Amino acid sequence: MKRFISIIIMMVCLFYSATTVAVAAETTAAQAAPALSQPATPVHAAAAPSAMAVTKETLDAVKGSLQVGIDTMWVLFTAFLVFFMNLGFAMVESGLCRAKNTVNILAKNFIVFAIASVSFWIIGWGLMFGNGNPFAGLEGLFFASGADNSPAMGDAYKGAYTALNWTGVPMWAKFFFQLVFAGTAATIVSGAVAERIKFHSFIFFSFILVGIMYPITGHWIWGGGFLQSMGMFDFAGSTVVHSVGGWSALAGVLLLGSRYGKYRADGSVNPIIGHSMSMVTLGGLVLWFGWFGFNPGSTMGVGDGSAIAHIAVTTNTAAAMAILSSTAVSWLIQKKPDLSMIINGALAGLVAITAPCAFVSVGSAAVIGLIAGVLVVFAVLMFDKLKIDDPVGALSVHLVNGIFGTLAVGLFAQDKITGTATGNGLLFGGGLKLLAAQAAGVVAVGVFTFIVACAVWYVIKMVMGLRVSPEEEIAGLDLGEHGTKAYPDFQGFLTK
Amino acid sequence: MKLIIAIVKPEKLTDVKQALVKANVGKMTVSSVIGCGAQGGYTESYRGAFTEVNLLDKVRFEIAVNDEFVKPTIDAIIKGARTGKIGDGKIFVVPLEECIMVRTGETGPKAVG
Repeated sequence: MKRFISIIIMMVCLFYSATTVAVAAETTAAQAAPALSQPATPVHAAAAPSAMAVTKETLDAVKGSLQVGIDTMWVLFTAFLVFFMNLGFAMVESGLCRAKNTVNILAKNFIVFAIASVSFWIIGWGLMFGNGNPFAGLEGLFFASGADNSPAMGDAYKGAYTALNWTGVPMWAKFFFQLVFAGTAATIVSGAVAERIKFHSFIFFSFILVGIMYPITGHWIWGGGFLQSMGMFDFAGSTVVHSVGGWSALAGVLLLGSRYGKYRADGSVNPIIGHSMSMVTLGGLVLWFGWFGFNPGSTMGVGDGSAIAHIAVTTNTAAAMAILSSTAVSWLIQKKPDLSMIINGALAGLVAITAPCAFVSVGSAAVIGLIAGVLVVFAVLMFDKLKIDDPVGALSVHLVNGIFGTLAVGLFAQDKITGTATGNGLLFGGGLKLLAAQAAGVVAVGVFTFIVACAVWYVIKMVMGLRVSPEEEIAGLDLGEHGTKAYPDFQGFLTK
Repeated sequence: MKLIIAIVKPEKLTDVKQALVKANVGKMTVSSVIGCGAQGGYTESYRGAFTEVNLLDKVRFEIAVNDEFVKPTIDAIIKGARTGKIGDGKIFVVPLEECIMVRTGETGPKAVG
């Protein structure tokens, strides 16, 4: 009897879902037709040979719809790669921290994308890309609901998000692509504040970062704001994403203080060793892989393929050179090559090439990577000398190299190398104009982000507390914040 | 010859080691253990279920010493491990019948070192 009833229920469910799918398919087909920007004859009509001549108009219509389709696929596919970088961050951060805090770090990295998704949808997208003033977006602020006739491009575009009218994909594709970038900025912060921050304090800060801070500075550079008008270029976000995350992280770390036992009374550094280099390596490679979405995807269009191919190679070359130089430097300084420095080197190179990837030659990318790898090693040593405790090197990778990458545009840019008229950088005869605009951007974003982040962290500290108690920090945040251990029973990790 | 077994809090591992080295005790074996005593357990929650977990992570030292080193070793361990709170640990002094050095075959107090 029970079995009979469950079969009936299953059949009802199947019937219901089949009809829902059929209705949905009908409605989407009906919606798809008006989405084309040109007044186009439907593609299937051209198949009837005698009924319609193959005119330029019909060819253009076909090309147009195919272009939108392939560009949308590109934007979404690269956005999925950037989404996947959240795994990379989770693995790098938890691998470089102690076993007793693993659940907490993984939880922070997992939930931060959810926070980013929601707050970017609620207000972030509108503040960043809505039409407004040079400082912030004002139109279409909430729930990405502004008028929009994407994929119409250029002058044909009519809507609230004119800053993105140069890409011919549907609005939600633009939205999703920008969302995953916002999520990346938020997850950068979680590494620097790891092992001592309260879970809810981090959550609250992330809402503000992605909902308000990131979109405002993003608006200045990508949303039609004043830095963009000044001629500052940041192709995929060395400043917009990485140094914004870096400045927020720095503010957090300064207000949090260093981990218990990290700096000894005599000023020397007590190495707090990460518990799983396997996870760090996994994370590093996932991030490198994801960067092939981060950089080439920022074209938000396939074009003739030459730009995205160029960017993929500049991206990879910078990473490779940075790995070599960071390995060499750490080998010299530490007497043996340190895997965590090798991986930090890769990430540094990738962050540094993020702004210039579409504006420089492959050779320049190699030089940029080389410098980035050197910078990251010395930055890690410098922050420890300054007693600024960064468990995973987030500041050295994202803040320092985010700044360097942005300035590198001003040094190495070659006008129109993949199509964008950036003007030439200092080393290619363009003088100081571009470099000055880049520097202005670095300073403006730095000052704004750092000060606002300090204020937000400070308010959080006053209202709900920032740092866990010393007992909890020693017992491990897994127990204190989550009530579960990542490695229960005898799994071989000392919980020192 | 005595074998000193000390159970201490894991975060005190470095302090105890350094105190021992200062007291000229440089030979030891360390392992990761779980145990309980007077220190209360914690409640672990996992997917809706709760357990009172009473076995806490600790670190165990095993140090073979000659009789004249027993007191200095104990003092060093206490200096390194004491926090004044419940859960600091315990030290056991166990008589050691024989000690053989693997490399040379030496036995007795000479082998303890």
